[in-house]
Amino acid sequence: MFYDPPAFRIMGDRAFLVELGDQISPSINEKVRELFLKLDRRPLEGVVELVPSYRSLMVVYDPLRTGLDRLREEILDLHQATDPSLVPEPKTLAVPVVYGSEFGPDLEWVADFHKISQEQVIRLHSGTTYRVYMIGFTPGYPYLGELPQDLATPRRETPRTAVPQGSVAIAQRQTGIYPAQSPGGWHILGWTPIKLFDANQWPPTPLEMGDLVKFFPIQKEEIICWA
Amino acid sequence: MGMIESLEILSPGPLTTVQDLGRYRFGRYGVPPSGALDSFSLRVANLLVGNPETEAGLEITLMGLKVRVLTDVVVALCGGDLQPHLNEKPFDMWCSQIVRKGDTLFLKAPRTGCRAYLAVGGGISLVPVLASKSTNLASRFGGYEGRALRKGDLLFSGAPDQHLQRAGKMFKPEGRPSYTGDWALRVLPGPQDQDFPAESIKLFLDSSYTVSSQSDRTGLRLTGPALHRKKDLGDSIISEGIVPGAIQVPGDAQPIILLVETVTGGYRKIATVISADLPLLGQVKPGERVRFLEVLMPEAMIALQESENHINMLK
Repeated sequence: MFYDPPAFRIMGDRAFLVELGDQISPSINEKVRELFLKLDRRPLEGVVELVPSYRSLMVVYDPLRTGLDRLREEILDLHQATDPSLVPEPKTLAVPVVYGSEFGPDLEWVADFHKISQEQVIRLHSGTTYRVYMIGFTPGYPYLGELPQDLATPRRETPRTAVPQGSVAIAQRQTGIYPAQSPGGWHILGWTPIKLFDANQWPPTPLEMGDLVKFFPIQKEEIICWA
Repeated sequence: MGMIESLEILSPGPLTTVQDLGRYRFGRYGVPPSGALDSFSLRVANLLVGNPETEAGLEITLMGLKVRVLTDVVVALCGGDLQPHLNEKPFDMWCSQIVRKGDTLFLKAPRTGCRAYLAVGGGISLVPVLASKSTNLASRFGGYEGRALRKGDLLFSGAPDQHLQRAGKMFKPEGRPSYTGDWALRVLPGPQDQDFPAESIKLFLDSSYTVSSQSDRTGLRLTGPALHRKKDLGDSIISEGIVPGAIQVPGDAQPIILLVETVTGGYRKIATVISADLPLLGQVKPGERVRFLEVLMPEAMIALQESENHINMLK
């Protein structure tokens, strides 16, 4: 359900969330993206940070330069204004994945769990176009949805202490890519040679919230083509 | 403008990092702000030595930092009293002083507070990464090679001789925060206070919580009375942006005050610490106790303006 007008949730004296709906859905997330892009392209006085997520936009401001009442009014005005020139089409990123074996140590388990073949798991995972609902948890980590229902899998009972950088993993109706080695409880289906975060590059990540991702299988001999 | 070797790390103590006022505008990529936990002390230290307040300095945790001075330079040390000594003699805090080539500055152990901030006239010469010199330890970028300082590391400063005339400035005692160890933190309710029953809100405001040793730059973990959410609500919420000072209550009902190394999260926040008290969060030590006082937005603004007025006296 959309919130109209949006709900403002106060987070201290220098931030608030503009909540645009009550669930995870592409249409609510697109509303968040529109508001985020408008505020990003037409910066408001005193706003220092914008963090878009599934269903809300966090606005951080300098309370010495602006205030909640003023920002609320300005944001509601922007929210109502329609200016498609501020909201470009999302891009689609094709992500090569080496599925299975040492690159995807949980592929076999996931196939057994769903009583399907490993090839079917790969076909299901790479046959869907995913939306980047948000980037968070660690720098460059894209929350991608939604995984086909036939592949929905509970998290691992025991999380790994170190999931390798580049791992492509699934949990419930989500899939994600680990931009750096980190602990994680998702099932690893494969590995991508694409670098998802580099603080010394601009932009530091190839993806933005609202972009689309499509995985495609490659053989390990082909890794070199993306290195 | 020449870059000159100014300090050599002889011993880093448990954790010394380069931090400025943080990294903004990259939250959209999942990049947290990092930066000085006690930004008030870093700003004062910078202004005392004639730097812009946004310059980087050293954030020194608890004890044990020992540095050798490699050229005559003006420095200021602000924040927690970690019993600083220059060549074995007690060294004054909250003022700018010249230290000479060959001197050794040593921080023994905390008397009050948890972190001290060392500013060097001429700053710390490092290339900003994503527009900041702050160290992001978890993702290993920014600051000094993306890591904590180690024995043998050399720090450079820009034209430190031009800052020497800044020596002898003092930050007046009435502007200095007191680090009592029994902390009363002012909060505004929200963003998810409505998800907690009245009993939990009352418990939160009436109890004191002990700071766990599991605390770090990501968050202060607290132990005390459990803050249960309303029945029929799940453990987590849909992930969303968070700011430092937000007080998150995960499944185990023990609150965590989030600090500067996180930018999104999926748990409810019962309240958020006001801006004027945020720098104090960098001075809270494990084992100490915190309480929460609810205030209204106008009080939060007055408190912030008061602390800014103290800083503005230095400008």
